[in-house]
Amino acid sequence: MEKSSSINQPSVNRPPLNSPTKSKSRQMKNLFYKVKNSPYLFILPYATLFTLLIIMPVLVAVFLSFTYFNTVQFPEFVGFQNYIDLFTGDTVFLQHAVSSTLLYAVIVGPIGYMMAFFLAWMLSQVPHNVRTIYTVIIYSPSVTGPVMMAIVWRVLFSGDQVGYLNFWLLEWNVIKEPVQFLQSPEFLVPVMIFVGLWGSMGVGFLAMLAGLMNIDKSLYEAAYIDGIRNRWQEIFFITIPSMKPQMLFGAVMAIIGTFNASGIAATLSGGTPPPQYAGWLIVDHANDFGFIRYEMGYASAVTVVLLLIVLLFNKISYRLFGESK
Amino acid sequence: MANSMKINPRKFHRDQLKFHGALTFLSIFMALPILFIFNHAFKPFTELFAYPPRFFVQSPTLENFRLLINFSAESGMPLSRYVFNSLYVTILVILLTLFISSLAAFALSKLEFKGKDTFNKINTLALIFVPLAVAIPRFFIIVNLGIFNTYWAHIIPLLAMPIGIFLLKQFIDQIPNELLEAARIDGAGNMRVYWSIILPLVTPALVTVAILTFQASWGNVESSAIFMDKESIRTLPFYMETLVSQSGNIVAGAGLSAVAGLIMFVPNLILFIILQNKVMNSMAHTGIK
Repeated sequence: MEKSSSINQPSVNRPPLNSPTKSKSRQMKNLFYKVKNSPYLFILPYATLFTLLIIMPVLVAVFLSFTYFNTVQFPEFVGFQNYIDLFTGDTVFLQHAVSSTLLYAVIVGPIGYMMAFFLAWMLSQVPHNVRTIYTVIIYSPSVTGPVMMAIVWRVLFSGDQVGYLNFWLLEWNVIKEPVQFLQSPEFLVPVMIFVGLWGSMGVGFLAMLAGLMNIDKSLYEAAYIDGIRNRWQEIFFITIPSMKPQMLFGAVMAIIGTFNASGIAATLSGGTPPPQYAGWLIVDHANDFGFIRYEMGYASAVTVVLLLIVLLFNKISYRLFGESK
Repeated sequence: MANSMKINPRKFHRDQLKFHGALTFLSIFMALPILFIFNHAFKPFTELFAYPPRFFVQSPTLENFRLLINFSAESGMPLSRYVFNSLYVTILVILLTLFISSLAAFALSKLEFKGKDTFNKINTLALIFVPLAVAIPRFFIIVNLGIFNTYWAHIIPLLAMPIGIFLLKQFIDQIPNELLEAARIDGAGNMRVYWSIILPLVTPALVTVAILTFQASWGNVESSAIFMDKESIRTLPFYMETLVSQSGNIVAGAGLSAVAGLIMFVPNLILFIILQNKVMNSMAHTGIK
């Protein structure tokens, strides 16, 4: 009651509109509203973390790569010395780390990627319920993680006759005596690639499946009227072009998937470094120098080289699938 | 013409047989190692080292689980401590990631500000970021932040998740601007729009980001290994990994490791099975243009 009556009263008690206190509180209120409404407030937490944990580490790595740094003394500037050593003197890096990483990436990346596409494509050809079951099974290896990987594959590929693969091969008379799958360099790398492929149906695979399901059906109808004759033509002229964004996302995911891999050979063979540095990856090399030998400058140079390689592969994927035309 | 209707069919047709054949074969191949670990974890000691080796467990037992609990108790830190640490860290990481990422994704999608396009481009580029490669500089940053040997050393490094922002932003892009305009005319500020319109509409994407965050945090070994040396705040995956690397030296190692692998894997699997519908829904918008 009081409230409604106060409206009718002449505004004697109220301060005039342009009184200093009123306008000041309004200013404060405006300022508060402005801050609360500012886009920068929304982006600030993430931007801070992003700068701190992604941009700064990269910059620090670049900086340290030009220094000698043993974590005790202050970093000492050495110019390109680390890079010169890396590319002229470090045989483990040149003969093992670079070649293993590229071999692993070039096989697991593209083959895993194509497998992911074809699996997704086949999945899109079957009804929804059964597709869900297949999808869960095919996706699950990618979330198993390194611990589980080590256990399963170490037992399956074990070098004695209790190892399942050896047992079966002996049983079927394919081999005469057990093969040291995990201890001999010539087998360790293929096993590692095999394990990598097995676990590579991850987020990229899911994205491609979702992309496939969302293609407009009328596109296919139109294409068949226009004279597309078989399913291969359908894939290359309709399906892939219609889901280019997902194809690119899948490619980017395949790239990190493969370059993020580290320590696989060590886990499989049960020791660091693995026998004769077989399957020794660039990340392993960086961690070896950084956390075992405390040569942080040199390790950072290895890191920078890896980041550049990843960047290059990223660029290639954008060339292939990006819409820059 | 009939060919064109083969994508996402309603029901089974004879033409699909070849796909079912190939998919069943591949699914068995993918599932075998997982089936193996389920069987291995429940095998009694005699079966673990039996010759000839058997794939399937004959007389299942919980012996290995008991062994794991006893083993960790003997080494000074009960298993429950690692489990608690992992759960605590993972829950915090998920909540904080969802909050920080959705705030930023909303701004990057629907609000106008200077540097927005650049930020989006950098974030998309950061999708290829390899955290393991910069473990060394990250170590120095963690030390300088004063969070070495604290729970925050687990949590903070995982909060910057470019793929989370990316997924959420793509999803928010699909929300029509008219909807936001209508709310603004009714006097809603950005916070209000974020809370009452954006958040409810992007649940599938939030669920997906939550799952990805869970995977990243639940299996994260890096922070326990590098960012701390206090055993009491280390997490389960780290313990499991040390266990597995020691397990060559202890007789019951194979069974212990299998149980360890199972414990790390099963939560991931269950979460994905429960939430796969929402995940697939948000995956449709993942494309990079």
